[in-house]
Amino acid sequence: MSNVFEIVVIGLLAIGCFFTLLGGVAMVKLPDFFQRVHGPAKASTLGVGCILFASIVYHWVNGSGVHPRELLITVFLFLTAPISAHLMSRAALSLMDDRPPHPDRLPDAQQKVVDDEDPAPPERS
Amino acid sequence: MTIIDITIIVGMHVVGIAMLLSLWRLLRGPTAPDRILALDTLYISAIAQLIMFGMLLDTEVYFEAALIIAMLGFVGTVVLSKYVIRRDIVE
Repeated sequence: MSNVFEIVVIGLLAIGCFFTLLGGVAMVKLPDFFQRVHGPAKASTLGVGCILFASIVYHWVNGSGVHPRELLITVFLFLTAPISAHLMSRAALSLMDDRPPHPDRLPDAQQKVVDDEDPAPPERS
Repeated sequence: MTIIDITIIVGMHVVGIAMLLSLWRLLRGPTAPDRILALDTLYISAIAQLIMFGMLLDTEVYFEAALIIAMLGFVGTVVLSKYVIRRDIVE
C-alpha cells in the first residue's frame, strides 16, 4: 500500500472517529432534547460517512476492487438521517404541553434545568 | 501490524466510547424521544464499528450486515416516533 493512500485512509478514519465521538458527547452534555437532536443527526452521520469512505479507499488499494455497495450505505444514511431527526423532533413536540420558547429570546441563565430528581409533571390524558 | 491496523483499533475504541455515551442516554434519558434518539445514535455507531471490523479482518461480509442494520434501524426509528406521535402504530 503506497504512502499517499495510507495518509488518506488514516486521515479519513481520524476525522470519522472524531465526529462520531462528538455525536456521543453531544448526547450526554447538552441540556435540552432539541439541542441534543443536532449532535447525532449531523455529527454522527458525517463521521460514519467518513469511515465508509475510508473503507472504500482501503479495500480499493488492498486489491479487492472498488465496491460501490459501501457508497450505498453512505447514500442511505445521508438520506434517512434528516428524516428520522425530523420525526423525532415532531415526537418531542407532540409530548410538550405548550409551545417551545421563541429562539429570538435570550435563554434565562437562572432557569432551573428539569431532571429526574424533580417531581414528575402531571400525566397527559 | 501496520500503522493502519493500529489506527483502526484505536478508532474502534473511540467509537466504542461514543456507543457507551449514547447507551448512558438510552438508560437515563428523561423522555421517550431521548431514548429513541439514543437508539438511533447507537445503530449508526454500530454501522461504523462493523465497517472498521471488516477493514481490520480484510473481509467484505460485514457490508451486508451494515446495510441491513441501516435499513432496519431507520424503520425502527420511524415506527417508534410514529408511536409516540399518535399512540398507535397501525394506521
